Amino acid sequence: MEILVCVKRVPDSSENEIEVKGDGTDIERDDLVYSVNEWDNYAVEEAIQIRDKVGGTVTVASVGDEETEEVIRREMAMGADNGIHLMDDAFEGSDGKGLATTLKALVEQGSYDLILTGAQADDGAGQVGGMLAAMLDYPFASLVNLIEVVDDKKIKVGREIAGGNQEMNEIDLPCVLSIQTGINEPRYVGIRGIRKVASVEIPVKGVSDLGIDAGVVGAAGAKVKRLDYFVPELGEGAEMLEGSTEEIIEKLIELLKAKGGIK
Amino acid sequence: MAEIFAYILHKDGKADDTAYELINAAAKIDPEAPVTAVVAGSGSELDSACSEAAKIYPAVWKIDNEALAYVNAEAVRPMLVNIIPKGAVLLLPHEHFGMDLAPGLSIKLDAAYLPDVVDFEGVEGSTLNAIREEFSGMVSTHVAADLSGGVVVTVRPGAFAPDEDAAASGEVVDKSGDAGAAPALMRRYLETLVAEVGEVDITKSEILLSIGRGIEDEENLEIVFDLAKVMGADVSCSRPIVDAKWLEKSRQVGTSGQTVKPKVYIACGISGSFQHLGGIKGSPFIVAVNKNPKAPIFQAADVGVAADILEFLPELQEAIEELKG
Ligand SMILES: Cc1cc2nc3c(=O)[nH]c(=O)nc-3n(C[C@H](O)[C@H](O)[C@H](O)COP(=O)(O)OP(=O)(O)OC[C@H]3O[C@@H](n4cnc5c(N)ncnc54)[C@H](O)[C@@H]3O)c2cc1C
Repeated sequence: MEILVCVKRVPDSSENEIEVKGDGTDIERDDLVYSVNEWDNYAVEEAIQIRDKVGGTVTVASVGDEETEEVIRREMAMGADNGIHLMDDAFEGSDGKGLATTLKALVEQGSYDLILTGAQADDGAGQVGGMLAAMLDYPFASLVNLIEVVDDKKIKVGREIAGGNQEMNEIDLPCVLSIQTGINEPRYVGIRGIRKVASVEIPVKGVSDLGIDAGVVGAAGAKVKRLDYFVPELGEGAEMLEGSTEEIIEKLIELLKAKGGIK
Repeated sequence: MAEIFAYILHKDGKADDTAYELINAAAKIDPEAPVTAVVAGSGSELDSACSEAAKIYPAVWKIDNEALAYVNAEAVRPMLVNIIPKGAVLLLPHEHFGMDLAPGLSIKLDAAYLPDVVDFEGVEGSTLNAIREEFSGMVSTHVAADLSGGVVVTVRPGAFAPDEDAAASGEVVDKSGDAGAAPALMRRYLETLVAEVGEVDITKSEILLSIGRGIEDEENLEIVFDLAKVMGADVSCSRPIVDAKWLEKSRQVGTSGQTVKPKVYIACGISGSFQHLGGIKGSPFIVAVNKNPKAPIFQAADVGVAADILEFLPELQEAIEELKG
């Protein structure tokens, strides 16, 4: 099975406090810790496990600036066979459709049976996988939390729906799936693993290599534009308990007793 | 002005809560615009969902097709492409079905796509202005979508107040013919596997001590179970704890987990994502303990403590034990 996994380098929001720059044009990026988008990491792990079971290759692709290479390399250290770095000034300001257009061109240069994306990334949009599938006229399933290879023509997938229930589907290959967290337990990548792939060549492709018109991607092609970042005016919010830990605990216990929070 | 359509989810003949919210989302885009509900399915369940939608919306379009007895996004998509007029705004809820259908639908309609919108700021010329959140709700953004080719929008459940009156008397128009035949499917629905009930049923708990990624390590779970014991609480959690396999899925609170209705909910090391908060109903008294004083959970909580849970929870336990003697 030839598998392509699309990944994104993002600020790790469980490690960082995200602050908006004074002029609202961006978030403060200087001291941020970046990593691979959590959902994408599950997708790469899943691809590796499928390959190890049925054979084939795993290719990891990412659209992004120079720094993006470190994320592709990290996923190769996990066990992906190939990496492709999609980088061009023309990609700057792409909306979801622009990204899907870029990835479509990449898919058409290969012959992939299975294309995985994360269910969503740092912007919470969850759009690229579904758009890519529609552009390719491939079937799509979102929020996938189980994959079983049936044969080389079809697979069985579980989708996470409400209430912890799982919707089972059969889907023809080639297809695009967006992967939900918890589908597997992504392996740990140590320094040694990273060192092993430190000198592997990761090809870089831009608009001309992909044969796309620069006007349909990036800010030029975007139908949706982010105008700014801001922190919304907060409501009243919680009453924050202040004082020494002892004082806080005393107040909290009183409140809990009053509300029936201690039996 | 563009026409607005709202896609209605329904189950067992009843319209979803979001059906009542999308009408108010539409009004925020343009209070003058005509709004039509689109309801797809089959048989008598579809008919009762349509009647309910007609109480909320001035017009209802019905798509009745046996192939939609279980609505598969890939089956309904070409039907919507056949009937939604060019340039329209189509609203769907941002949950597992909307996320499945909307991105691909926007491509097939050649429309812009606005995902997970929490508010609208109206229409300016040929631009639809909306508000979204990024980084799990830590920052917001203003976004502008080009309206000239239409826009598909997924609206966050709970972001708009429901229409309480439901006093419309819309006409139900059968659009099944225009929607066309069901396509040959490359993705086929097989069955729904219902989640197992775990050792505790958190949907029945009165006091929930809920933990999130802030617990940091599986070994620290002990702290939480010890405290829960002295409080008489049950332990629930956010999704990452289940993803890490530290607790069973039946303890997860949220849109893809359980819906709970306790009297008191204590969120420890939980950031407060909308998917998590979506599982807390019945307006419990919410206490949040989080080391980040700016965590979004403090917007949802009644009382907050800015503290490290690994230090705070054992101290709280000691104090309760002393009290109980
Ligand atoms: C389709 C979909 C469905 C989803 N369904 C659900 C669902 O049903 N339920 C759910 O919970 N999530 C769900 N999620 C995931 C959700 O978006 C969030 O990722 C998740 O809720 C975050 O969990 P968390 O708050 O525990 O972790 P984080 O967001 O990582 O937050 C951890 C918090 O702990 C604090 N913290 C860290 N260390 C400490 C410490 N020592 N002391 C005190 N505080 C500390 C941090 O400040 C932070 O606020 C879903 C996501 C998707 C895409």
